[in-house]
Amino acid sequence: MFESILITIATAATPLLIAAMGELVVERSGVLNLGVEGMMIMGAVTGFAVAAMTGSVWLGVFAAILVGAAFALLFGFLALTLVTNQVATGLALTLFGLGLSGMLGESFVGQPGVKLGAIDIPMLSDLPFVGRLIFGQDPLFYVSILLTIGVAYFLFSTRAGLMLRAVGDNHVSAHAQGINVIGIRYLAVIFGGACAGLAGAYLSIVYTPQWVENMTAGRGWIALALVVFASWRPWRIVAGAYLFGGVTIGQLHAQALGVGVPSQLLSSLPYLATIVVLVLISRNRRLTMMNTPASLGRSFVPDR
Amino acid sequence: MRIELVKRPQHSALFSALSPFIALVLTLIAGAVMFSMMGKNPVEALYYFFIDPLRETWSLHELAVKAAPLILIAVGLAICYLSNNWNIGAEGQFIIGAIAGSALPVMFPDFQSPIVLPLMLMMGIIGGAAYAAIPAWLKVRFNTNEILTSLMLVYVAQLFLDWMVRGPWRNPEGFNFPETRNFHSFAILPEIWPASGRAHWGFIFAILAALALWFVLSRTLKGFEVKVIGQSPRAGRFAGFSRSRMVIFAFLVSGGLAGLAGISEVSGAIGQLRTTISPGYGFAAIIVAFLGRLNPLGIIAAGLILALSYLGGEAAQISIGVTDKVARSFQGMLLFFVLACDTLIHYRIRITRPVRASAPEVQSHV
Repeated sequence: MFESILITIATAATPLLIAAMGELVVERSGVLNLGVEGMMIMGAVTGFAVAAMTGSVWLGVFAAILVGAAFALLFGFLALTLVTNQVATGLALTLFGLGLSGMLGESFVGQPGVKLGAIDIPMLSDLPFVGRLIFGQDPLFYVSILLTIGVAYFLFSTRAGLMLRAVGDNHVSAHAQGINVIGIRYLAVIFGGACAGLAGAYLSIVYTPQWVENMTAGRGWIALALVVFASWRPWRIVAGAYLFGGVTIGQLHAQALGVGVPSQLLSSLPYLATIVVLVLISRNRRLTMMNTPASLGRSFVPDR
Repeated sequence: MRIELVKRPQHSALFSALSPFIALVLTLIAGAVMFSMMGKNPVEALYYFFIDPLRETWSLHELAVKAAPLILIAVGLAICYLSNNWNIGAEGQFIIGAIAGSALPVMFPDFQSPIVLPLMLMMGIIGGAAYAAIPAWLKVRFNTNEILTSLMLVYVAQLFLDWMVRGPWRNPEGFNFPETRNFHSFAILPEIWPASGRAHWGFIFAILAALALWFVLSRTLKGFEVKVIGQSPRAGRFAGFSRSRMVIFAFLVSGGLAGLAGISEVSGAIGQLRTTISPGYGFAAIIVAFLGRLNPLGIIAAGLILALSYLGGEAAQISIGVTDKVARSFQGMLLFFVLACDTLIHYRIRITRPVRASAPEVQSHV
């Protein structure tokens, strides 16, 4: 019982983890992309549609990643090349993604999907307690863990990661050093979009293999909040994502048990928890200032 | 080939005026491409989408019904965005305003008097403003990001409405449908010109609110304060303007107007509370605010255009069988083009060819 709850927490946490990890890299490069929700829902609809039409889950996942990246490229063109306001552009991406996905997905509503099941490593997954938890999850769970390790290593142990952080902290100095600010930001934004697309595909292929309009239900925004919660550190995102996975699954179990509280109140817990967590983390102004990438949300126009 | 931006010495008045129109034309072109990809005749589709709804009086009334909440919310958002406060939770403030205003006719259906309607409107405004005060207070007191908190509160408000109409406020004579009792006649916002269509007083409120805020922004010290704090918080501080007070002010104004929009929609257009009372007005209003270039008078025009896209979606669904969700894609696209065209106001765009290898001294500092 306890073991299976932990596994469902992992399935609720994984999409948040993947999307937030992508956005973390974007924000570390000094760009605020509020379009996570839009890229995620496009990933969800694309992943579902491609998997349902071809019968191959992996093609679906791959297509979702591509579409997420393409949407991010659109954001990049506006916010980086045309230096539009990043907040407004991110909102535009979300609104456009929600609209377009509803339109494209209309014929898939109620259709059976293809599910990416859990893997099963013989022997190991039969181990007591930890067996299924560590060796019997869906493949994308392992991808999310590798992603975390990769991002943490990239940001803090490679030269390219140092350059990316330099661009995010002071784009003028980075430019003066000969670093291609816009180029690095483009790559970061595209990476973030690919992650958001993958997270969306996780929802429509692993979590609940079906397409429902607006099925991301604010998870993209929660992912954005997680980045703030984590003070822009990769491993803290894991903690945050599993905390929220726990809240989500906990309230679902409470609804199933029929505790004497309206189900709507329970459903609103993840959103209320987001607000509480944001308040707790931001009340220390100095700490927030120290951790936030200093150029976050500022446009850069190289003077020639 | 690469795109370079060259800063204009002064912002261009020409493109300031033209950019919304360029954005509209680009959206229409993109829409035509989208329709042809769906296998529809683009000219016919655009006709049903944007011209057909304007041909009859009743549908002009529908246009006003849809434009009213959009304009009301968007002028409030303009105050927020001009002062650099990112309230994106107007949808939630709309819903809470609607619930607060509906309390009278739903809970006290026997209290029938001409004073009911003004009280309802007042409670709607207070409800919306109070709900907007939450992210504002959190921002001022705890430095919390208002974008995320105001958005999270939208989901909370939607779930709260859902609970109210399924639970405590469900119509006792309503065969278990998730809706409240129908409002009595004193609680209905009157129609402007009942003989010809449904347009209600919400549209008048919207125009009045836009004119009032236009006056505040362009002719008063408060309006100056809004713009100074938005463009340069440092200069605002030297002028003695309080940033915290501005946060509260902007959120209260926009929340109050969103609440007024909510109660006007419920009492003018719907006549009861249901699980869903808004087709995303609170979010579409963000697009309206930017398309109107954050100017209340521009927002009136922009609100009518967005309202037309809602009507066009319905019309196109009936006449040529495309899904009405096309409308929301259109709206999102429009915001992209508006933002992109606004770049032209401050920058000249130069398209350059890549530098040849024969000019190494130029290439070296790229």
